[in-house]
Amino acid sequence: MPENISIRIDGEYVPAQEGQTILEVARAGGKYIPTLCYLAGTSSVGACRLCIVEVSGVGRLLPACTTPVQDGMSVTTNSEKLKQYRKIAVEFLFSERNHVCAVCVSNNHCELQAMAQKLGVTSVRYPYAYPKLGVDVSHPRYVLDHNRCILCTRCVRVCTEVEGAHVWDVSSRGIRSMIICDMNRPWAQASSCTNCGKCVQVCPTGALAEKGFAVDEMVKKDHNMTRLAARRGGHS
Amino acid sequence: MKKVRLATVWLDGCSGCHMSLLDIDEAILAIAKRVDVVYGPLVDAQEFPKAVDVTLIEGAVSSQDDLEKVHTIRRWSKLVVALGDCAVTGNVPSMRNSHPARKMLECIYVDRVQANRGVPADGVPALLRHAVPVHEVIKVDLHIPGCPPAPASIAWVLGELLDGRMPELASKVKFG
Ligand code: SF4
Ligand code: SF4
Ligand code: SF4
Ligand code: FES
Repeated sequence: MPENISIRIDGEYVPAQEGQTILEVARAGGKYIPTLCYLAGTSSVGACRLCIVEVSGVGRLLPACTTPVQDGMSVTTNSEKLKQYRKIAVEFLFSERNHVCAVCVSNNHCELQAMAQKLGVTSVRYPYAYPKLGVDVSHPRYVLDHNRCILCTRCVRVCTEVEGAHVWDVSSRGIRSMIICDMNRPWAQASSCTNCGKCVQVCPTGALAEKGFAVDEMVKKDHNMTRLAARRGGHS
Repeated sequence: MKKVRLATVWLDGCSGCHMSLLDIDEAILAIAKRVDVVYGPLVDAQEFPKAVDVTLIEGAVSSQDDLEKVHTIRRWSKLVVALGDCAVTGNVPSMRNSHPARKMLECIYVDRVQANRGVPADGVPALLRHAVPVHEVIKVDLHIPGCPPAPASIAWVLGELLDGRMPELASKVKFG
């Protein structure tokens, strides 16, 4: 049995168990911490940095989704400083790829767009990179549009950890990172893909979508996926 | 009471933001009483006037002409508002930015047409390398994202500005 410990979140004592992350404890205690890359039921990777929190005695900000709790820890989930850094994280995501919400399949149903609104981002202070990126339309039912990808790796994790197919990976590093399919082939040629659609449903943006939807029309059904993943046990 | 001198400008946009501005229903009556529209597509003035209180800019900065205009606007406006996604993010006009402007023009005016081939050059300003949001060129005091921004947001912002308050738009508006 994991040991019961107690930590403080925003001044309140909350029960926790050794091995849990700050995010898990916060969620269980009804505390909101913004997240984008986190996907319940799969492993956490700390890719988006939206979930950063302050931990007293620690000089730097820590991602709540990958930081394990420790007995006596005191966590601050919201402050002016955190708000500023979370805004910067979202603005970087917008500036790195080509997001044109007005003509995006996921307009009004997108987690990135909603997060920008929630955090009060009304413009992006950093120059846009305008990378030249492709769109993979080879799959008969789904599309991958790199212009909208935020490299959260939810697709990679759900395909590997829940579907067990491991079609997706991340190639290169830093700003050149790209989601790739079966060692960098067009999706239609990925013999390992079972066409289950899990990656599409958990993608927080318009990067992965079903074919046949126009602007505004792609509504993801990610709840099914997290339920499925939760039933699988392991990560919660 | 002295009227507020209001200018509106249409750069690389579809005029949808101006439509949204005209779509604020009866709120426009109260606002019209308190402003002088001194420049824009809705009035006749040929040159951007000196001493403007508020300028609303629709559209991205996309051509040499847009570039000169925004500098003039900044010089003579107390408050510059980026109205709508094209002005705020570059939006649809910026979709050309991943490709060289010359190639895009050739694709549209040469490769894909049968008659009158040729990139128009007479009387049209040269395109900049990128269509960019207004704040990448000049200081912008307020951003109203949205494609177009909801009439209610525009009416509220104008009301606040006319009452001498700087509206806090955070979380009331969104991209797209
Ligand atoms: S993925 Fe989201 S943020 Fe990006 S363009 Fe589409 S709706 Fe906008
Ligand atoms: S459809 Fe299923 S198997 Fe294919 S890539 Fe997506 S998650 Fe993996
Ligand atoms: S395709 Fe979607 S799920 Fe996959 S990394 Fe990009 S944004 Fe995340
Ligand atoms: S949710 Fe923790 S880093 Fe993305």
